[in-house]
Amino acid sequence: MTDALNTAIRKTPSWLLYLVGAAYPVWLLYAGFTGGLGVDPVKAMEHALGKAGLQVLVAVLLVSPLRRFTPLNFLSWRRALGVISFFYILLHFLVWMVLDVQILSQVWADIAKRPYIIVGMASLLILLPLAVTSNNRSVRKLGPKWRKLHKATYLAVLLGGIHYIMQIKSFQYEPYVYLFVIVGLIALRRLPKRQMRHPKKGPLRSAA
Amino acid sequence: MAHRWTNDLTHDDVTPKSAYLNRRQIMAGMAGLGLATIAPKAQAAAETLEPTPFDVITQYNNFYEFGTRKEDPARYAAALTTKPWSIKIDGMVDNPGDYALEDILSKMTIEERIYRFRCVEAWSMVVPWNGFELKDLLDLAGVQSGAKYVAFETLYRPEEMPGQRQPFLEWPYVEGLRLDEANHPLTLMATGIYGKPMPNQNGAPIRLVVPWKYGFKSIKSIVRITLTDKEPPTSWNKSIPSEYGFYSNVNPQVDHPRWSQASERPIGGGFFAKRIPTLMFNGYEKEVAGLYEGMDLRKNY
Repeated sequence: MTDALNTAIRKTPSWLLYLVGAAYPVWLLYAGFTGGLGVDPVKAMEHALGKAGLQVLVAVLLVSPLRRFTPLNFLSWRRALGVISFFYILLHFLVWMVLDVQILSQVWADIAKRPYIIVGMASLLILLPLAVTSNNRSVRKLGPKWRKLHKATYLAVLLGGIHYIMQIKSFQYEPYVYLFVIVGLIALRRLPKRQMRHPKKGPLRSAA
Repeated sequence: MAHRWTNDLTHDDVTPKSAYLNRRQIMAGMAGLGLATIAPKAQAAAETLEPTPFDVITQYNNFYEFGTRKEDPARYAAALTTKPWSIKIDGMVDNPGDYALEDILSKMTIEERIYRFRCVEAWSMVVPWNGFELKDLLDLAGVQSGAKYVAFETLYRPEEMPGQRQPFLEWPYVEGLRLDEANHPLTLMATGIYGKPMPNQNGAPIRLVVPWKYGFKSIKSIVRITLTDKEPPTSWNKSIPSEYGFYSNVNPQVDHPRWSQASERPIGGGFFAKRIPTLMFNGYEKEVAGLYEGMDLRKNY
């Protein structure tokens, strides 16, 4: 059963993932023009893209814990998910800049002095080189450096979660849930592998 | 006493009821009214004010008692019972007591006020309110000479207001004005929009409208008004004092710590609605600047 599932995952062509990923902003645009996003389609689209970007990044962080703690293996999807998340976050930024703030001088002023925008921009800038190197040629060219570089994903997701919390107006659960999940998923990677498999033996052995 | 202040825009300038159901018709209607609105009396920017369509005003609300999303109030406010309704007026007044809304309304003249409405989140609308001046209600209660401030309180009824079951803010919502602000002829107790009874999501059955202040000062669904000699606590100030002050006058020169207040996005214009510059005191500088003479508005934000 899981074998069949893993085979299906592995055999999913990445163009299909990209197609599904691209469909969402297209649908948002359509909904915005036809009233489906309410009376303020700009903010609705801006927030939807930002949140979708964060959600796909969380999915990226889920891949390796799923591999470690369950039989599920989504590794072959991870690169496409990463690129899609970057694409959403870039669109989120563009909607903010072009449709929301509009005035270029104000865009610069906001980027320079609003902490939550600085944090969001930092996350986007960290993701940029990762997206650019998300191809086989870069993997070959960069060799072991590629893996190191792509560890920056952790920082980008963390900043994304903080950016979400920083812009809420009063106490709301949702952004905290995101940050909790993000921190949890990053923390899982710090668990020593041996201790996880032999939780009782591990510490004893190291003491001896 | 009604009609202390009159709109630059008059009754004739409001979009006809039949038109505000359909955006395209409104545009046509406004174009038709165009010549009439550029009347000599409207020398300020007022002649370009186009009331925001009814369905936009009633579907895009900040009313955290029903949830934090803009569409939550329209979705959940139907459960609110607004009859019977009374307002407790207490504190430093000669005639304290519970005032039934019908009794209040029987003594008031309802007039229309087309006001700019500017949210602290940098969006705006133009709303044709119906209501009476707060001063008329305060006169009814008889304000005592030592009173300096007016405190307001929103209904607390979590069984009908799902947002009040969440800790978004400290409930009930409270607001306050200085007595001279409360007595200003622009300060309205609104009971309707577009000539219709106040929709629940907009603060039924009666709410405050202070057009030169950010929208959150205009407290909704009021059940209590207290005259006091001390500055009353206000909900957003209690929640984030560094971002929301007691005065909260619309001021394009004083930014919110997280965004600029220099411009605003008019709601209802779709994807490509242009930002417009925010006006000092939301365009009511001539009327209210005198209230704040000598005050540091950067400090008293």
